[in-house]
Amino acid sequence: MKTMQLSLALGLMVALPLTATAEDKIDPKTYEVAYSEDGRYYNHDDVPTFNVAEDGTVDWLTFSGFRRYHAECHVCHGPDGEGSTYAPAIKNSAVEMGYDGFFEVVVNGRENGNSVMPHFGDNRNVMCYLDDIYVYLKARGVEAVPRGRPAKKEAKSDVIREDEDACMG
Amino acid sequence: MKKLTLFTSGIALCAATMAYANDDLIGLIDDPNQWAIQTGDYKNQRYSELDQINADNVGDLQVAWTFSTGVLRGHEGSPLVIGDVMFVHTPFPNIVYALDLKNEGKIIWKYEPKQDPDVIPVMCCDTVNRGVAYADGKIFLHQADTKVVALNAETGAVEWEAQNGDPSIGETNTATVLPIKDKVIVGISGGEFGVRGHTTAYDMATGEQVWRAYSMGPDSDILVDPENTTHLGTPVGENSGTNTWEGDQWMIGGGTTWGWYSADLDENLFYYGTGNPSTWNPAQRPGDNRWSMTLMARDIDTGMAKWFYQMTPHDEWDYDGVNENILSEQMIDGEERKLLTHFDRNGLGYTMDRVTGELLVAEKFDPVVNWTTGVDMDPNSETYGRPAVVAQYSTAQNGEDVNTTGVCPAALGTKDQQPAAYSPKTEMFYVPTNHVCMDYEPFRVSYTAGQPYVGATLAMYPAPDSHGGMGNFIAWDNINGEIKWSIPEKFSVWSGALATAGDVVFYGTLEGHLKAVHADTGEELYRFKTPSGIIGNVMTYTSDGRQYVGILSGVGGWAGIGLAAGLTNPNDGLGAVGGYAALSDYTALGGQLTVFALPN
Repeated sequence: MKTMQLSLALGLMVALPLTATAEDKIDPKTYEVAYSEDGRYYNHDDVPTFNVAEDGTVDWLTFSGFRRYHAECHVCHGPDGEGSTYAPAIKNSAVEMGYDGFFEVVVNGRENGNSVMPHFGDNRNVMCYLDDIYVYLKARGVEAVPRGRPAKKEAKSDVIREDEDACMG
Repeated sequence: MKKLTLFTSGIALCAATMAYANDDLIGLIDDPNQWAIQTGDYKNQRYSELDQINADNVGDLQVAWTFSTGVLRGHEGSPLVIGDVMFVHTPFPNIVYALDLKNEGKIIWKYEPKQDPDVIPVMCCDTVNRGVAYADGKIFLHQADTKVVALNAETGAVEWEAQNGDPSIGETNTATVLPIKDKVIVGISGGEFGVRGHTTAYDMATGEQVWRAYSMGPDSDILVDPENTTHLGTPVGENSGTNTWEGDQWMIGGGTTWGWYSADLDENLFYYGTGNPSTWNPAQRPGDNRWSMTLMARDIDTGMAKWFYQMTPHDEWDYDGVNENILSEQMIDGEERKLLTHFDRNGLGYTMDRVTGELLVAEKFDPVVNWTTGVDMDPNSETYGRPAVVAQYSTAQNGEDVNTTGVCPAALGTKDQQPAAYSPKTEMFYVPTNHVCMDYEPFRVSYTAGQPYVGATLAMYPAPDSHGGMGNFIAWDNINGEIKWSIPEKFSVWSGALATAGDVVFYGTLEGHLKAVHADTGEELYRFKTPSGIIGNVMTYTSDGRQYVGILSGVGGWAGIGLAAGLTNPNDGLGAVGGYAALSDYTALGGQLTVFALPN
């Protein structure tokens, strides 16, 4: 019980504007765009990342991640990845856990006392958009995009559209 | 307990014409010294005849005693008081405590069920539970994992268990149960998981299932008589639970039943509402999606439906119809009518004849409600009883992948489950409300059993061009369909109200205040800040001749999820981001009962 109460209390606290400390330690290399391919952006480790143009236009995946997050995730993790009384601020998790760790927890879930992250491995509404949700939350975690709906977005590329259709079946 | 049994059986003999297992409960409900049922009474009035605490002295109220539940989650519902024993429940893991009111709240027994924690993540919006019920010497607990348990009220020993649903397909429970006659009637949650909603009666003595009425599906599943079950006076006809769905979509149709239940024993009817159709993307489920979003009157013994009223055909906004139905007897045009008043998530306050299902009044109980211009009240019209939808705010007309902005109310409704109170003395309803609007963008989703089946992106924010807060506490006239007074609140009012013969109305706030206001004017008479935000319901009772008022604190639920970090209006531009109050600046998780009394 002790660990649960601690982690829940932390969950509420990180909803406060304390993200600056986490942000300071982030190596920009983990999210800086190294190259792009068919409307998707990657860092130097070939990990999906976000792209925000100077005028605030976000890449399609970041926008799509905003949408999917606020359908599948926000009922526990709160609006904009900010956390809630129920679950931690997941925008920080995306930054701290890295792509593989994030992927693993979303697919398999995890349990910490009475605080339980479900497994989404067989949910196409999540799995077909996992990169989208990841880059959106990462952009939120480093405050590259503000709270709320991104005002401007890149168009969805044909490759992304084909991949979605294939995945959703 | 012995004294109590003697006392109540005396009353039961006078009050009941037929002997049922819960005659003692009827006596307890009629005795204002007890708080014997979550809803105050079968009418769901949440009104107490106690007047020791009244408008003149409530300002002197003090904390008499407190109790920590040991659980840090959203605490909905309230304790019960039966004789000298108080029964306190908690959110998951759904602990029940029996406290000795004659011995400083000493714990007589504690029951903690073993539940698979896998049920936690399939509970949309926190692991709340809206309380236990009492009848026939038993305490009834409907656990998160949908197991219904009858406990011996004196010892806490399990007398029977029944498994009502299957959490692996997303069926869960947050509601209390309705103990009535020789039955326990229970609902189900899971509308965001493609569950097909149902209401089920169990034998109070044995736990055996007596009947089950689904919200949609074949006539034999939904327990209708096509000739005699009516919708606004017209027979529903054959296959009414399937013929407004495409193909077999009704099988994952939603219409869950997690709200409050009321009953009229003289009519042998009970009343409840059904929730949203699954998914939240209206394009994926063409048709009226009957009988989601529907008020239902059913026979207590058989479950057979007498009348339905679908408030929001083909929902486009997640306006579940599950809120409480408050029964009252009032004069309309010189004639006393048996009424049912319902404050829907969709922002309309409905007054109906509860015997016939006739619609009498349908008016907005928050002026910002904008998705409809109102309900067609002409019985001769083809669209009788239907709300006229404003195209600009229709997520169905705007279509998939289009962000419909500025819809009021938001998906959490002008009011959610937090129950209103009715005072027969003032003939006013005291209603906790939300004052929140939204953007709503539906998109395509696929169904996987046991996984969320939502299909819309939402952004919620305080109602624009108003007082800036996210809630109001209002007094409502159900005959004229008018707000009598309205108290603006910084956050949604997510606490059930209590009205008393002492001309006082109590409610809690998300910051954690217990407030008392004057029943006539709404003037604030008292406030006390409890340790955590309040989403529980206020109750009252006496012990040794002294009146007490009790409230559970423990922020959470839908409110805690949406409001913890504050809400922002994406349409206001960057300047406004972060400009709204964050609940986490005011309160933190908790789980505590606070009991108030006047100084000795």
